[in-house]
Amino acid sequence: MSYTSMDPIPHRHWWRLPVGPDEKIWIAVAYAWCLVMLVWMVGWFFVGNQNQAGEAFKVTLDGFSNKSDQMIDQYQLKDASGNLMAEGETDVPVVQVPAGGNVYIAAHQFEWPIIPVLELGKTYVFHISSLDVDHGFSLLPIVLNLQLIPGYDYVLRFTPNKTGVYRITCNEYCGLGHHLMAGKLYVIDTAHGVVLDGKGGVKGGEIGGAI
Amino acid sequence: MATAILRNPQDFITCPDTGQNLNKPAISLAKANIFTAIVFLLAGGALGLLVALTRWPAIHILPSELFYIALTGHGAAVLLFWCHFFEVGVAYYFVTSPINARLATPKIAWFSFWLMLIGAAMATVMVLIGQATVMFSAYPPLKAHPLFYVGVILFAVGALIPMFIIIATLIKAKNERTYTGSMPLASFGILIYAIIAIFTWVMGAVIMIPTLLWSMGLIHNMDAQMYRVVFWALAHSTQQMNIVVHITIWYTLAAVLFGARPLNEKVSRMAFVLYLFALQLGSVHHLLSDPGSSFAWRTFNTSYAGYLAVLGSLIHGLTVPGGIELAQRRRGLSHGLFEWLRKAPWANPVFSGFFLSLVLFGFLGGITGVTMSNQQINMIIHNTVYVPGHFHGTVATGTTLAFFAFSYWIVPLLTRHKLAFPGLARMSTYLFGLGMGTFAVFFMAAGHLGVPRRHWDITYADASLPFQFSATVQMLVTVAEIGAVIGGTGALFYLISILGTFMGKTVEKGALPPLAEPAGVVAARLHGGTEPHIKGLEVPGSLVLCLTLLTFLIIYYFAQYKYLATIWGIR
Repeated sequence: MSYTSMDPIPHRHWWRLPVGPDEKIWIAVAYAWCLVMLVWMVGWFFVGNQNQAGEAFKVTLDGFSNKSDQMIDQYQLKDASGNLMAEGETDVPVVQVPAGGNVYIAAHQFEWPIIPVLELGKTYVFHISSLDVDHGFSLLPIVLNLQLIPGYDYVLRFTPNKTGVYRITCNEYCGLGHHLMAGKLYVIDTAHGVVLDGKGGVKGGEIGGAI
Repeated sequence: MATAILRNPQDFITCPDTGQNLNKPAISLAKANIFTAIVFLLAGGALGLLVALTRWPAIHILPSELFYIALTGHGAAVLLFWCHFFEVGVAYYFVTSPINARLATPKIAWFSFWLMLIGAAMATVMVLIGQATVMFSAYPPLKAHPLFYVGVILFAVGALIPMFIIIATLIKAKNERTYTGSMPLASFGILIYAIIAIFTWVMGAVIMIPTLLWSMGLIHNMDAQMYRVVFWALAHSTQQMNIVVHITIWYTLAAVLFGARPLNEKVSRMAFVLYLFALQLGSVHHLLSDPGSSFAWRTFNTSYAGYLAVLGSLIHGLTVPGGIELAQRRRGLSHGLFEWLRKAPWANPVFSGFFLSLVLFGFLGGITGVTMSNQQINMIIHNTVYVPGHFHGTVATGTTLAFFAFSYWIVPLLTRHKLAFPGLARMSTYLFGLGMGTFAVFFMAAGHLGVPRRHWDITYADASLPFQFSATVQMLVTVAEIGAVIGGTGALFYLISILGTFMGKTVEKGALPPLAEPAGVVAARLHGGTEPHIKGLEVPGSLVLCLTLLTFLIIYYFAQYKYLATIWGIR
C-alpha cells in the first residue's frame, strides 16, 4: 500500500515487518562504535593521565580567600635584591609553592590573583575557585579548560610536562570586564637550568611550552 | 495524502494543490507562531551580524558593553525564540492536517501564544536596554533585572501549554477516529517532541522561579552549581527539542518531495523512542569540566546511558536519506550508488536546504558533538569558541537550515500565497549552509587553539598582563566571521522571501506547485524506462554516506585523544 511519512500507516502489522539488511548492518556497526567510545572513555579514567573529574568541596568565599592570601604571604617569590616579585599594572604576585603543595587560584572580577611558578614534572594540588561569579580557567597554549564556580573548591593534581611561559585567559563570561582577565603561569626546570629571567620570561635550557 | 471522511468539514479547508485538509484554527495559530519566529530571527540575526563584525579582528565594530548586550540578545532571540515559536507553529500543523484532526482548545492555544510573545518581548527588551547582560545562560551570581526572569518564565509557561494541546489533539483524533491505522511518523515525532518539551519547560520553571526570587532579593543563597545543573536540564533539552522537530521535518520533506517513507517504521519510531528516554541525559555535557560530580555520574549521563541517543541519531542518519533513495530507486533512478541523489531537485530550496541540513548536521554538529561529550575531551574545548562552532553546526546548519527548507513549503501551504522572490530563496539555503558551515569549522579550529568564547577582545589590549594570539589564530577567527556574514546574507534572503510570501496575494490554486519532477519521468527520460534495478542492499548509497560519516567520526575522535595525551597530567 502506498503511504508516506506524512500519512497514517493503513495497516496494523508494521510492527512485525522484517528489518532490511541495510538497517541491520548499520545498526550493528553504529552501536559497536558507540560501545568502543564507552569503553574507551571509562578505560581512559583508569589508564589515561588526563581526567578532570577530580574532587570538589563546598567552601565559603572568605575561607577560600584566606587560604589564597596565606599562600601568597608564605610563598611569594623575592628577586635578587629582596623585593617581592609581582608583574603587570596591578602587581600580580609571583608565587612558587613547593612541589606537592597546594596552589590556590582564587579568581575574581577581572583578575587572576597570582602568577604560579611550577617545577617541570612535579605534581601540585590546584584548588580552583571563584570569589564572585563563574569564571573559566583556560591554560594556553595547551588549552586546558575548567569551570570555576563560587563556593566550590575544584581540586585537581597538575603535573606540567613542558617548561615555558603559559597564559591563562578567562573563558566564561564574568561581566563587562571579562576580556581584561588575562593571567600567566611559569613552568621552570631548576635542575636543568631553566629558571625565571626576571623580565617576564624563562631562560636557559630548552623551553617547551612557550606561547 | 490522507483522504478520510472529515468529522467537521466546516472546520477545514482543503488545499487545492496537495489535497490536504487543513484545520482552520490550527493554520491561523501555525501562521502566527511561524511569523513571530521569523521576526525574532530577524532581530537575532541582526544582533548576530553585529557580534560577528565585532569578533572580526580588523573590524571590531561594537564597544565592549554593546558587544555583550548583542551577544546575549543574539542567543536568546535565535536559540530560544526563533526555534521555539517555529516549532510550536509547525507542531500545530503536524498534529492536525496529516490525520484530519481538529486542534484541541484553540483559545488556550492563542492564550499561550500571547504569553510566549509577551515573555519573549519582555526578556528581549530587558537585554537590549542593558538590564540583563548575563548571556543566554544567565549563570548566577551574575544578576539580571527581575523582569528578564519574568519574561523567560512567561515564555516557558507559554511554550509548555501547547504541549498539552498537542497531546490532547492526538488523543481526541484517536477517539474520534479521524484516521485509520497508526498515526503518521511525522505526528509521532511531534508527540515525542511534546513529551520532551514538557520535561524541559518544567525544568525552566524549577530553575527560573527561584532565580527570579533571588534577583528580587527574596532569597539570599543561590547555589551557582545547583543552577547550572538544573539550567542545563532546561537549556540542553530545548536543543534536543529542536533536533526532534528538525528530524521530523526531514522525514516530512522526504515524503513531500519524493513520496518517501521510512525503510522500516518500527526502526525509525524506535529511534525516536531512544531520544525520549536518553536525550535529556546529555545536559551533563555542559558540566563535564565543572567541579562537584563523580566520574560514574558523568559517564552514565554523558554517554546517554550507553550512547542510546547517539544510536537514535545514527539510525535517522541512515533512514532519512535511505527513505529517499528507496523511493527514487523504485521509480527507476537506480543506476550506480548515487543517481537517486544526483538527480534530486537541487535547484529547489525545499530540497537543497533539507539535504544540506542533513549532511551538515551530521558532519559538523554530530561528529563534533559526540566527540566533545566524551568527558576527558571536554576539558580541551570547554568554553572555547569550539563550543559556539559546534552548536552553529547543530542549531544553524542543522535546525535552522531545515526550518528554512520547510518554510519554503509550509508557508505557501498555510497562507495560499505563492513563494515570493524564488531566486533569493534558491540562493538562501546554499549561502546559509556554506556560510554557517564555514563559521562552524573555523570557530572550532580557533577553539582548538584556545580562543575564549563570549569574549570581546582577544588582543587583550587593556589587560594587566596582556598577550596576543598568533596571526594564524586571528586569521581563523577572521575566516569564521566572513562565513558568518555570508550565512547572514543567506538568512536575509530567506527573510525577504518568506516575509514577502506572508505579504503576498491569496491565489485559488497553484500557490504550491509540484516541488520536483517525478522520479519516474526523470528516469524515463534518462533510461527510456522506469524498471528498477535493486539487487542485494536496498539503499547502498545511503549506507556509503553513513559509513563515510562514521569513518570521519572515528578518525576525529582518536585525533582528539592523541592530542589530549600530550598535555599535562591532570587527576
